[in-house]
Amino acid sequence: MPVTDVRKDLDALTMTVTARFEAPPARVWQVWEDPRQLERWWGPPTHPATVVDHDLRPGGVVTYHMTGPEGDKYPGWWRIQAVEAPHRLEFEDGFGAEPGLTTAELPSTLAVVRLVEDGAGTTMTIESRFASPEALRTVLAMGMEEGLRQALGQVDALLAT
Amino acid sequence: MVVHSGTADPSAQRVDRLFHALADATRREIVALTLVGEYSVTELAGRFPMSFAAVQKHVAVLADAGLVVKERRGREQRVRGDPDVLREARDLLDRLEALWRGRLDRIAALLDEALPSPDPPSTTPTSTTPTSTTPTGDHR
Repeated sequence: MPVTDVRKDLDALTMTVTARFEAPPARVWQVWEDPRQLERWWGPPTHPATVVDHDLRPGGVVTYHMTGPEGDKYPGWWRIQAVEAPHRLEFEDGFGAEPGLTTAELPSTLAVVRLVEDGAGTTMTIESRFASPEALRTVLAMGMEEGLRQALGQVDALLAT
Repeated sequence: MVVHSGTADPSAQRVDRLFHALADATRREIVALTLVGEYSVTELAGRFPMSFAAVQKHVAVLADAGLVVKERRGREQRVRGDPDVLREARDLLDRLEALWRGRLDRIAALLDEALPSPDPPSTTPTSTTPTSTTPTGDHR
């Protein structure tokens, strides 16, 4: 179990996970840098990822799709913001067909990946943050609207009686 | 569609309160703020060009409608969003955690292999029709 620590901050809307690996940073970096290695861990076993574009430079884009058991496909993308091999990678991480587009259920997140040499191994932290509080508010407000719609449905029913 | 019968009054009053509560721009703003953060009435009053008493009244209307929850803590009155909405925020972070735990386990397994294996992953033949739902979104 590589995960050594998980922190969630509900106010700042961040989740930070720390893991330790028995390999030096240069080796761990490859799992990000090499699209064929990335494909082996990004998607869950039931939905393996196929990387289409992979441009790990600031401003670059990574696109991929995950394929489900029925052949159903789920596209996703990264927009690269900062790269310092083999120590730091920052990207916006979203679901949807095109960079910038997201689906309502899961707004895009900003991921900051840090790799630090730790004895013979590497400590990697991934800080994941919702791209904007507004994005999350929108999602949450939609949930609230759903409740309001149900209440309005009751008004309809009342008017009909 | 909600099929609703008979017992009119309680839900009609609830809807009235909800409409009334959301019919005001300041109150809508307070709802948006408290959805993802907790504020004291004093802090809220500092954000609007109106008196403490006026903000307190707005908060009371929202609390009546169940849109915010008031809590007295010491001498302060704290205001936060609907617990259901907060739970949803927590769920989103939990989903992120589960996602990354799985990925980190798979990275560890990959690194355990002696060398990065050069054989390409056996992918199924593709027909690239993008869909817009996510595999992690468990719909209710």
